[in-house]
Amino acid sequence: MTETETRTISEAKADAALSFYTLGDEISDPKAPTGPVQEKWSTRKFEAKLVNPANRRKLTVIIVGTGLAGGAAAATLGEAGYNVLNFCYQDSPRRAHSIAAQGGINAAKNYRNDGDSVHRLFYDTVKGGDYRAREANVYRLAEVSAAIIDQCVAQGVPFAREYGGLLDTRSFGGVQVQRTFYARGQTGQQLLIGAYQALERQVAAGTVTMYNRHEMVEVIIADGRARGIVTRNMVTGAIESWLGDAVVLATGGYGNVFFLSTNAMGCNVTATWRAHRKGAYFGNPCYTQIHPTCIPVHGETQSKLTLMSESLRNDGRIWVPKNAADCTKDPRQIPEDQRDYYLERIYPAFGNLVPRDIASRQAKNMCDDGRGVGPAVTERALDGSTRQVRRGVYLDFSSAIKRLGKDKVKASYGNLFDMYEQITGDNPYETPMRIYPAVHYTMGGLWVDYDLQSNIPGLYVAGEANFSDHGANRLGASALMQGLADGYFVLPNTINDYLADATKHGTIDESHPAVTEALASVKERVDKLLSIKGNRSVDSFHKELGTIMWEYCGMERTEAGLQIAIEKIRGLREEYWRNVRVTGQNEEFNQALERAGRVADFLELGELMCIDALHRRESCGGHFRAESQTEDGEALRDDDQYLYVAAWEYGGEGKPVLHKEPLEYKFIELKQRSYK
Amino acid sequence: MKITLRIWRQANATAKGELKTYHVDNVSEEMSFLEMLDLLNEQLTMANDDPVAFDHDCREGICGACGVVINGAPHGRYSSPVPTTTCQLHMRNFADGAVIDVEPWRAGAFPIIKDLVVDRTAFDAIIQAGGFISANTGSAPDAHATPAPKRLADKAFDNAACIGCGACVAACPNSSAMLFTSAKITHLAMLPQGQPERYSRVKSMIARHDELGFGGCTNVGECASVCPKEIPLESIAQLNRDLIAALFKADGK
Repeated sequence: MTETETRTISEAKADAALSFYTLGDEISDPKAPTGPVQEKWSTRKFEAKLVNPANRRKLTVIIVGTGLAGGAAAATLGEAGYNVLNFCYQDSPRRAHSIAAQGGINAAKNYRNDGDSVHRLFYDTVKGGDYRAREANVYRLAEVSAAIIDQCVAQGVPFAREYGGLLDTRSFGGVQVQRTFYARGQTGQQLLIGAYQALERQVAAGTVTMYNRHEMVEVIIADGRARGIVTRNMVTGAIESWLGDAVVLATGGYGNVFFLSTNAMGCNVTATWRAHRKGAYFGNPCYTQIHPTCIPVHGETQSKLTLMSESLRNDGRIWVPKNAADCTKDPRQIPEDQRDYYLERIYPAFGNLVPRDIASRQAKNMCDDGRGVGPAVTERALDGSTRQVRRGVYLDFSSAIKRLGKDKVKASYGNLFDMYEQITGDNPYETPMRIYPAVHYTMGGLWVDYDLQSNIPGLYVAGEANFSDHGANRLGASALMQGLADGYFVLPNTINDYLADATKHGTIDESHPAVTEALASVKERVDKLLSIKGNRSVDSFHKELGTIMWEYCGMERTEAGLQIAIEKIRGLREEYWRNVRVTGQNEEFNQALERAGRVADFLELGELMCIDALHRRESCGGHFRAESQTEDGEALRDDDQYLYVAAWEYGGEGKPVLHKEPLEYKFIELKQRSYK
Repeated sequence: MKITLRIWRQANATAKGELKTYHVDNVSEEMSFLEMLDLLNEQLTMANDDPVAFDHDCREGICGACGVVINGAPHGRYSSPVPTTTCQLHMRNFADGAVIDVEPWRAGAFPIIKDLVVDRTAFDAIIQAGGFISANTGSAPDAHATPAPKRLADKAFDNAACIGCGACVAACPNSSAMLFTSAKITHLAMLPQGQPERYSRVKSMIARHDELGFGGCTNVGECASVCPKEIPLESIAQLNRDLIAALFKADGK
């Protein structure tokens, strides 16, 4: 087939995808300064307008979310003297899901003298993201990374230390230097508690007012600017509006669209989806990260999946039996030469430390090949046929225990081993752990410019909730880095540029039509959910949506599968609004109602994710299209056609509108990712 | 497995509560305790009954949101071979046909919101009184400017592992939050960065602890025995040492 013929076929298929969306104007990031990548951030900081300290206390910033990005931003803007209103759905800001991150945080400190630098962290992150991230943003992330470690140490974050009293580091997937700082297997917890303590200090100082158990259910946009939010008080049911000079959404990712994920039960897309419905573009929704080392599903009643830190891949070896006949044997009885250490075999240079997307897909391949381990489950294929598949691979520490001794292994990974034993009842010191990939992180999120401002003036988005820094795949230990970079260092420098003009923007009050409309729409939606009184619980819909998403929009996506998924989601959404049962009423503590609102939004997001995945007819990072792979089964990008960010505009009842933001690589050469 | 539950039901903070009995069938050993409650709630929803309200979020034992008293012990500590949060307690620890009592944390400083959900904002208020190091963003020296001895850094970490769940308060006959408070005091007191505010911190945090209505510590030790993160009773001794030392210093109130 000639190249022209190939092109014609792919255009014809692209047309088929076009029945699901329309094409809008191209967009660009207007804020990143031109010039060398090393100078962009200092130029932007210098060019951004400032706000006089005396004026800051007259300005109100609304921040939704108290994780690493939201908590750090609230504390820092509070220290700067702004009047901050901070909201979270949990009973305390200390519970935000950043707390569950285990492994570590990257920083270009080069304390190991192993050749690390800002440029190398920048390069690794762009490459790890499979060349689908913005160069300017990633460079800035690498640039501020070192200051994050300094800040956290000053706050009293108890990072792991060596006997000389200096900080210890370790290695993570996709890199060949040791730049990951950690605090046992609880790095996220310690960083979050650091941010939380800084936040509580500002609460005590009176600069931040904290609203716990308040869920944001709508954004208020007046005269084209973000002016506030509507929340539901989760204790009393009161629906209230809050007005300010800027709104920051730091509400995390949307992995719970899959029902089973490593996210907390409460993690949801409502804040960003509500903003999307009011005009904010959603960037790359289909880019999801499937984490390779999670504890496999135990059964139908499973409510969430538990991650085992990627750091385990430093010393643990991943394998499956060479022969399918051995899959039911006790793994300890399988001799060394009958084991397939497939990551070490396929990727000799990186071995067990290949990036997450690759490790996950290979685990799937091994199980598809009939060499998975653990209990067999029934699976249904697209053509309706069923088969029995074992979904698990071994993560084995026996050679590490031999090499380092049990005590050393226990010191590094003890809490993770204990957690595994508590959940599965198996002792990992004795028998290899079983792991399988699970949904973990979403690289997609609301589209933002270099300043972290969405296309709606005054609406900023930070942390996992935005789409910006990880491209199509996030490297391990980069989420904590991005959350804190956004919260401590980026947003507090860029938001001033907007707030400096606050007086020109004027103020609005509660009587503004945008406020009354937002309040009325929230009340109407709540009433509707409570009035359906159907026959199916909210959870049953959520589980069904999750099954569709995992089956068709999970680790491997196909043209046919995605179209089926869109059809199924539409049907499910239609049924939801006539058959869901939400017990109780609004004016009380009502967890069924909370979940009902979140699932309603997931049912809309799921469709957009499938459309995005359908339109992107290439494989890149975590987005793997079966039709686009190299001869040896690796993701095959199509840079000629898809070197852009897909920013989706809400289409209402009609089709979503695709705006492409072309990506330019000036400082890093585009090439096929290789970890061999 | 078949399980019988006797669960505390209380519509709101002011309503009168009572223990109600429920039966749950088809419980599997792999289920976590909260997944078993999910199953009950699905059953109640289908019967048009009000599902049981309980706090939970990460279900990995780290966020500290969950926590109920199971058979008289916070997080069901005495049903589990190892320290645990409620979300990490699994049904394999219970016998088929077991009758399990489920109640909320009970303490004056933790008012009930609904059923098994209590208000723990008093913990945030204790932290606000000084449970931090005053280091504004951007003002930090290089992380290696001040080495911290590993032994002390490890001790700081052991105490920083506290998840703020409140089990210690629920277990204490005096409803004291001394273990929670001492964990933060010890965490920050072991680090070089925590020294400048060390003595003012202990005074103001204890003053706030008492104002909020938590009781005093009488060294019963129930708190440490139920703590899912194994914060040791010794941390309270550290708090007391720092508090006594603070009385001879001009720092703080």
